[in-house]
Amino acid sequence: MYKTNDLILRTTTSLIAFILLGFAVYLLLAGHNSPGGGFVGGLMTSAAILLMYIAYGIEAVKKVLPINFLVLIPIGLAIALGTGIGSFIFGVPFLSQTFDYFTIPLFGEIELATAMIFDLGVYFTVIGVMMTIILTIANDQ
Amino acid sequence: MIFAVLIPLLVACFIPTLSKAKNKIHTGIFTFFVPFFIFLYFIRLVGKDFTPIRQTYNWIPSLGINLDFYLDGLSLLFVLLISGIGSLVVLYSIFYLDKKERLGHFYVYLLLFMTAMFGVVLSDNVFVLYTFWELTSISSFLLIGYWHFKERSRYGALKSMLITIFGGLSMFGGFILLSVITGSTSIQEMISQTDVILSSNYLPLILALILLGAFTKSAQFPFHIWLPDAMEAPTPVSAYLHSATMVKAGIFLIARFSPIFSGYEGFFITVSLVGIVTLCWGSYMAVRQTDLKAILAFSTISQLGMIMAMLGFGTPAAVFAAVFHILNHATFKGSLFMIAGIIDHETGTRDIRKLGGLFTLLPISATLAIFGTFSMAGVPFPFLNGFYSKELFFEATLDLESASLLAELIPYLAILGSIFTFVYSMYFFFGVFTGPKKLNQLPKKPHEAPVGMLLSPIILVLGVILIGLFPNMVNAPFIQHAAEAVNSNAEYHKIGFWHGWDFTPLHMSLIVVALGIVLFLTRKKWSGVYKVLPGKLSFNRVYDGLVNKLDTYSAGITNSYMTGSLKLYMSLILATMIIVTTGFMLLTDGFTISSNNLADITIIEVSIVIIMVAAAIATIFTKHNMAALLILGVVGYGVALLFVIYRAPDIALTQFVVETITVALFILCFYHLPKLRKTDDSSGSKTLNAVLAIGFGAMMTLIGISAYSTNWFDSISDYFLKTSYKLGGGDNVVNVILVDMRGLDTLFEIAVLGIAALAIFSLIKLKKNKEAE
Repeated sequence: MYKTNDLILRTTTSLIAFILLGFAVYLLLAGHNSPGGGFVGGLMTSAAILLMYIAYGIEAVKKVLPINFLVLIPIGLAIALGTGIGSFIFGVPFLSQTFDYFTIPLFGEIELATAMIFDLGVYFTVIGVMMTIILTIANDQ
Repeated sequence: MIFAVLIPLLVACFIPTLSKAKNKIHTGIFTFFVPFFIFLYFIRLVGKDFTPIRQTYNWIPSLGINLDFYLDGLSLLFVLLISGIGSLVVLYSIFYLDKKERLGHFYVYLLLFMTAMFGVVLSDNVFVLYTFWELTSISSFLLIGYWHFKERSRYGALKSMLITIFGGLSMFGGFILLSVITGSTSIQEMISQTDVILSSNYLPLILALILLGAFTKSAQFPFHIWLPDAMEAPTPVSAYLHSATMVKAGIFLIARFSPIFSGYEGFFITVSLVGIVTLCWGSYMAVRQTDLKAILAFSTISQLGMIMAMLGFGTPAAVFAAVFHILNHATFKGSLFMIAGIIDHETGTRDIRKLGGLFTLLPISATLAIFGTFSMAGVPFPFLNGFYSKELFFEATLDLESASLLAELIPYLAILGSIFTFVYSMYFFFGVFTGPKKLNQLPKKPHEAPVGMLLSPIILVLGVILIGLFPNMVNAPFIQHAAEAVNSNAEYHKIGFWHGWDFTPLHMSLIVVALGIVLFLTRKKWSGVYKVLPGKLSFNRVYDGLVNKLDTYSAGITNSYMTGSLKLYMSLILATMIIVTTGFMLLTDGFTISSNNLADITIIEVSIVIIMVAAAIATIFTKHNMAALLILGVVGYGVALLFVIYRAPDIALTQFVVETITVALFILCFYHLPKLRKTDDSSGSKTLNAVLAIGFGAMMTLIGISAYSTNWFDSISDYFLKTSYKLGGGDNVVNVILVDMRGLDTLFEIAVLGIAALAIFSLIKLKKNKEAE
């Protein structure tokens, strides 16, 4: 098959993908107080990986990210469900969330919420779902 | 009493085991003792000082449904008939059925039927009665279809099932109404509340429903059509079910409820009219038949009509005659069926055209048949019980209390029916036993039946003669009690043979005999009349038409809308929603419009909406699929922009990304699909689609406006806004709601996403594996 020279695309991709990933992580972490959250974060991460896939092809992505995206779905669901079940340990109803403020060196005072762990579950699930769907359909002949 | 109901059922459980030994002992021998002992138990209750017995066993006390058994004179008569004729039929079947037959099945069904019949006649609770009633239908279905490899048997079984179950269900409805009105489930208590029932508005409905049950079961006009087809059953079954017991269940029902209904004029008119029409039609049609069992079947129909008519008259004399005739009919009809079975068994055919001159070959059967047929015809001899009940019938027709036209007509109709009864009785006897011998037409060389087979008809014919000679022997201790149970005014009625020359019923009998002889001898000359009167008119054709047409039409209706076209289903769903919703809004005056809550409209909103509307319209008219997808994307981004304007940054973000991904996925998928086909819809269906689409859109708009205009409750969003930071620790209220306040929704939404991904994955991968194979 004739192969095109995607030099510009690949060079920009290696830059943009990192920016996208960084933005995705920002969206995930900032979700509690500003627009964002696990869902958009997950979508954005998928977009970054997808860009890598378009620019470099499936082999390269597999080498860089040796992850079976299908496995991310149960992992994400397990995390989300785990935060729900975790509330039983403290004798509170299913999916009770709490938060508190901690002072951590270097970061200063910071808010840590259990809802963050739940959002992480959402995040992983969304990445797994998006990548599975797109890669499965794309690889189908 | 409960043992009478339960023992046959219990024994039926052991029959399959016992029938394993059929090579040595005929299964019927085990079965014989069941009805025989029940008969012995009940026969000792017969006597002048008999009083009703009542027993109750709890079944479902909370619903008032208990195994209430009530044994009065009427039940006793039926119990004795069922057990007595049952014993004789089992005895007869031992010799009739070969050991090679599936005897286990036969006797299980027969015992099941016995249980059901005992249950019907002994129950005092209407719902228990109904339960046993349906059990008789089911066991009769099984018995008629006993030779299930014959097409006619299956047809007959299905027909009887459909008709009797139809009646049974109607009757059930009547029972429910009765028990609601009276607040009781016991028949005796209902009888004590007769006034309540007679003053109820539902009385005609109750009567119609219960009569439907009785008429279908007892093969009354026009539901008689199942009985001739039920003749495909083995002859012992025909003798037992279709002459002595099951067909009398309807008679029993009418008799049981007549204390309630006899005060109502509609009861007299309906029951008498149907009964007398059945009497005439059945006897008229019987002369036309060529099959021995078909003659007997129509004869049974006609005789049941006669009993039904007498119960309809409701006068003490008529009730007495009806009860007496139930007993007489069971004796002579049972024996005649058995003789028909013997003829079939010994000659190999039941076709009367092939039979003739069998008197010398089957002398005993012929002698028995003389008594059976002459008793059936009501020939005035003092040793035939049929004559007595026929004379009582004539007497009853003459002194009806009602003064309607029907009451005037009844005696003449009774004579008419009886003439034909005489004709077919003679036809049956002389057609089979006299005339030229046609031995070469017979499949078998005829000879007299074995003694065992003759035993049962001999006993029944002895009954005919004994009751004929000493009618008062059964009268006072037995028939009297039964008549009193039906009509409490029934007086002791001495039955005598001779009442003098100026006794009108005797004149009627003599007219019947004289005209009957004339008609019988000139039979061939007037038989052309059958081409005129029933001609092509037949309720069988109605039934077949109903059953077949019902099949065809229901298949047609189903095929007309279950075409497999998703487009049609979609149209139906949308049309239903439009009609139901707008109809509901119109009926309840649900449409409201108010401008109280409206915000100001800005120029940006208007321009975005204009773009979206233009894109949406463009999507419909685009011929190219990729273009359609991209234009659809415009709508999606427009929505996202609206979210931005309405200050929903999270949703706007998500909408942007999701819209992009869906458009990309669509393009990926549509790339492999063929180009959009030019739909070759007719302009009519296009118009319909447009109407549906516009209608649905309009409906949703109306709902939206109405819903927004009615602001019944304050929104709960204030709570979220206030407590988001305090309780959830976050400023992003949307996110706090998603992960904290309503986290369960999110949990299941991501589960949905996971399932979707797995579904797509397995759909594509599994397809590949299948191709690889």
